[in-house]
Amino acid sequence: MAEKKKPKIGVYVCHCGGNISDTVYVDQVADYAEKLPDVSLVRSISHMCSEEGQKAIIEDIENEHLDRVVVAACSPQFQGETFKKAAAKAGLNPYMIDMANIREQSAWPHFEDRQKATEKAKLLTKMAVERMEEAEPAQAEKIPIGKSVLVIGAGIAGIQASLDLADAGFEVHLVEEKPAIGGHMAQLSRTFPTNDCASCILSPKMADVMEHPGIHLYRYSEIEEISGTVGDFQVKIKEKPTYVDAEACTACNQCTEVCPVIVPDEHDMGLTLRKAIYLPSAIAIPHAHVLDENACLGLEPLACGKCAEVCHVNAINYDQKPKEIDVKADTIIVATGYDIFDARLKPQYGYAKFENVLNALELERILVHMGEGKMIKKLGKRIAFVQCVGSRDAQVGNLYCSRICCMYATKLALMLKHMDASRDIYMFYTDLRAYGKGFEEYYRRAQEMGIKFVRGRPGELRENPDNKKIIVKVEDTLTRNILEGEFDQVVLSVGLRPSEGTIEIAEKLKLPRGPDGFLQEAHAKFKPLDTAVEGVFIAGTAQGPKDIPDSVAQASGAAARAIRLMNRGEFELSPVKAAIDPGLCDGCGMCVEACPANAIAMMGGMAAVNTPSCKGCGACISSCHADAIDLKVFTNAKIMEEIEAALEDKKPGENRIILFADDMCTYRLADGVGTAKMTYSPDVLIIRVPSSARATPEMMARAFELGADGIMLGECEPAVSPFPGTGQVIGKQVEQLKSMLDKAGIEKERVLFSQYVTVMFSRFVNETNRMSDITRKLGNIPEEKRKKLARIAKEEKEAMQ
Amino acid sequence: MTRVIKLSAANEEFTRRINELTNDMITLCEQCGICSTSCPVAEEMDIPPSEIMRLVQLGDEYVLETKAIWVCASCYTCTVRCPRGVDLSKVTEALRQIKLRTNMNYLDIDHIDPEELRNLPAIALVSAMRKYTG
Amino acid sequence: MKKYPYYPGCTLKQFPEKFGTPSVESARAVGLEMVEIPRWNCCGAVSSLTADDLMHHVAPIRNLVRIQEMNQEGLVNDEYRLVVFCSMCYNVLKRSNLLVKENSETLKTINEFMDREQDYEANVEVVHFLEIIRDMGFHRLEDMVKKPLKGLKIAVYYGCNLLRPKEVGIDDPEAPTIMEKFVEALGGEVADNPLKSLCCGSYHTVGGNKEIVADRAYAIINAARKAGADLMITACPLCAFNLDDRQKLTKEIHPDFKQMPVLYFTQLMAVALGIEDKAGLSENYVDARPLLKEKGLLD
Repeated sequence: MAEKKKPKIGVYVCHCGGNISDTVYVDQVADYAEKLPDVSLVRSISHMCSEEGQKAIIEDIENEHLDRVVVAACSPQFQGETFKKAAAKAGLNPYMIDMANIREQSAWPHFEDRQKATEKAKLLTKMAVERMEEAEPAQAEKIPIGKSVLVIGAGIAGIQASLDLADAGFEVHLVEEKPAIGGHMAQLSRTFPTNDCASCILSPKMADVMEHPGIHLYRYSEIEEISGTVGDFQVKIKEKPTYVDAEACTACNQCTEVCPVIVPDEHDMGLTLRKAIYLPSAIAIPHAHVLDENACLGLEPLACGKCAEVCHVNAINYDQKPKEIDVKADTIIVATGYDIFDARLKPQYGYAKFENVLNALELERILVHMGEGKMIKKLGKRIAFVQCVGSRDAQVGNLYCSRICCMYATKLALMLKHMDASRDIYMFYTDLRAYGKGFEEYYRRAQEMGIKFVRGRPGELRENPDNKKIIVKVEDTLTRNILEGEFDQVVLSVGLRPSEGTIEIAEKLKLPRGPDGFLQEAHAKFKPLDTAVEGVFIAGTAQGPKDIPDSVAQASGAAARAIRLMNRGEFELSPVKAAIDPGLCDGCGMCVEACPANAIAMMGGMAAVNTPSCKGCGACISSCHADAIDLKVFTNAKIMEEIEAALEDKKPGENRIILFADDMCTYRLADGVGTAKMTYSPDVLIIRVPSSARATPEMMARAFELGADGIMLGECEPAVSPFPGTGQVIGKQVEQLKSMLDKAGIEKERVLFSQYVTVMFSRFVNETNRMSDITRKLGNIPEEKRKKLARIAKEEKEAMQ
Repeated sequence: MTRVIKLSAANEEFTRRINELTNDMITLCEQCGICSTSCPVAEEMDIPPSEIMRLVQLGDEYVLETKAIWVCASCYTCTVRCPRGVDLSKVTEALRQIKLRTNMNYLDIDHIDPEELRNLPAIALVSAMRKYTG
Repeated sequence: MKKYPYYPGCTLKQFPEKFGTPSVESARAVGLEMVEIPRWNCCGAVSSLTADDLMHHVAPIRNLVRIQEMNQEGLVNDEYRLVVFCSMCYNVLKRSNLLVKENSETLKTINEFMDREQDYEANVEVVHFLEIIRDMGFHRLEDMVKKPLKGLKIAVYYGCNLLRPKEVGIDDPEAPTIMEKFVEALGGEVADNPLKSLCCGSYHTVGGNKEIVADRAYAIINAARKAGADLMITACPLCAFNLDDRQKLTKEIHPDFKQMPVLYFTQLMAVALGIEDKAGLSENYVDARPLLKEKGLLD
């Protein structure tokens, strides 16, 4: 290795217009900084982020040949980008400039004690300077990306996304598990609040999909496997045989007439029957028959054969085989939709037991057929709707509101009333959620039409054994009376659940799902269509219950997000990635197991990191016995240097706690606490890491050895974490550390691992203060114990080899 | 007659006391009415079960004077059905206990017919006395 | 024969002919010996629901200590499941047991209070007799039936304490099937009563609100009859009293009420197992014997 050139570090101490200098004695900090190793120059400036401040940095880099810069000012979350850009203007690699957070972490939370705030500011500056000694220029890797998109699910969201992408010139592979596209929207009668006929507005879109040269449709298909990463997803699609040539088929229906097999028609929710060979629906696209081999009497050997006999265009071919198709995609959009809540899970409502209890989708199908003059189930005059079935219900584990049921029930009620004004219709609701455009007006129309809204949730439904009508007893909570009535039919407004397909794809792609079971977005506010997996986007009800306009909006949005990634032909990866030194790696494979993102694989007997998949959490590092792995930008050397800087000048009696703060949550949380001017113990010194998994047991043991009185680790709560699985890894690393402490006779309470979200201000303050109290009571760790810990850490390291 | 309930700190004290006795999240009740329609004896009560909960939420001690809290048969159907996971049977028990702990009895043991007493199974007497005497 | 610790409770002893004896003897007939726990005390019949009340949990827990002693003294062999027939005893004992299993502080306090007893180690499991049958396998019960209850349409009545709350219940409170399976194993036909778990009125049978019980009995039995039942069974002695003995009051209040025999579930089990002399059928208010004779089930 070439001898390292001696660094030339420039330190800039910001007054922040008084925000810092009113508390921290900035001159003392500047003086202190001048005496730090390798510091070439120090400036004290009123507003570093201003033109003047930035100009100073640029000129100094150029004129003084600075190769590293530390700005002691606000949080890097705040102005980090500003200074990175300034450095870049002067030709300095953006990873050679960093900040010491002396505002949010010192001046603001410790405003009550100027001396303590200043001491801490000095220490934070020292930590920044010394870690920058180990900094190296880093390049963001650019990876090529093509124009091919896999869209999973051809419901309205999948259809919209596909059309947007194909119109923009991208190649779309659209995979649908059913024989026809359109999803649940194809089953609906009308849509709220416009009362459009669902199939009428859907059909042209479905036709567009079929005709678009940019869209390859794989219908009746399954995704067998997806591997790879953004820019290089390898997808294995299995197209199931329909045994009918869709191009040749004229949908004349002769085959259906002669087929001897009768099964329930799933498109009609089982209310009607179909044959084994059938047209999926009157509006089915592709408009061709399909042979359901599970219902058919037998194909091998051929048991019947009547359908092929009568087909006058020879479209039926019993020898069709499943097709395995390999597709390469650069990005993926998951639009796999919902299933309705299975009302059998609430036996007290008698669904599937009482013939006059229906769910809402069944009613949709009944109404669609009624519109064509067919009565698939006779409806009476008195009809009741029960809301919130399977939603807002702790007893079935679905705490969320399904969003669309109040509106779809109002729509169904209006349709029934339009058809027959003498109908008496009741809706038993808990809250009426009419939040969207035109919704409140729609509800008003329903009231004007005489639909009766009762605020009360029925506990159970009973069947009158004489006439099979349904007896409803409900509390009218607004008058505190119990209402009792007999209804011809009761319709259960069932909620939405993530579909089976959504759950399967989530597992295949390792997409996290939220506590409600739906696909989790990368950031609830600012990245609602991205996922934790780079290059995979989500749209529609797979992400959460929503109506058609919202699904369409999300679909177009997801398409735009994908285009954004693909449009330049290349995109940049963050340079914070794990790197394995092939010279040290002995191929043991432990890191492959350890990586929570499955980003490491064995290649030619060595472990290799797939950079696009690597999340940069550092969880792999402690698994390597050969010290072959390091994390770029947040290297082992840099972190150790920072730990040493924090502790080497500690005097006996002083109390110092190292807090490893993950960038996404804990660091922001600490910033928030400081900004709110909430005070906490200045004993706490924050080391910023991408994930606390970066703090290996070895590093933490060394920190104690060097004099740390306590160590805290903060990580995002799993639901908001950009790193899947780090919680468990950190837990294990902390256990390892505690076991070493135990052996050395050091109190385990000196270590705390917490998972935070950025709003837990009080918890942060309480936990840091409590650790400070505990460690102060316990006192500094005596030297013999620290030495013993060092020995034990060494032994454990040797045991690993 | 429309009652006017004055919102004051005293109300919070009552609600807090019930919270203590039940470890229950009374604030979670959203007044959906499922408990009232599930209750087998709701029609015998002077106020429906959901109103018992509402009055506790409002901190209105009037609820202690209702017949409803004594008509409750502790059948737990409300508990099993509540979509918020609130245990109303515990709340009603707490209300009974507040009254019973003032050394009063709801059941007048001395005036039970001796013939009845002879025929009643022990289980009936024990459960009645546990629920209705302080 | 497998020995189980057995807790009778007050009413199984107060009316042994129709509750206690059929239970113990039916169990014996299927190879299960019920060993009554020594020095048991009243369980309290209802579970105390207030969070600050530990006193009312002492009585149930004290009973559970006995099972430890029984194992230590060899009265049972490594058997820590306590079998109960009465639904209310089942509910109370199980609830108190769960409370101390989940709260070591509470267990400690109760153990300290019961300073004359050995410490309860929270190692007992409270089970209802129906669960033992289910674990044994209903098909095995079926094999031992001597007089299958052919031609008898039976409505089952669960009541409250066997099913609720969920952490205590032996089956899904909204769609239970265990008693139906029991009836089918005995060879009977189940009449599906929609009111099978509607509360019978419980302790309202004491004091001035008895008509609550009468009204409940009226609705439950009518619904059973509408569903085609000839006979009803129940697992709780209080429900048995409210639905059987209280039929007199029900008839007084509702003159159109037609009586139906209501038996304790082990009474019916005894008949099916061919030990009708142990079934105590002479003790019920509504005599089931004419019906059973008619179906050829009695000698």
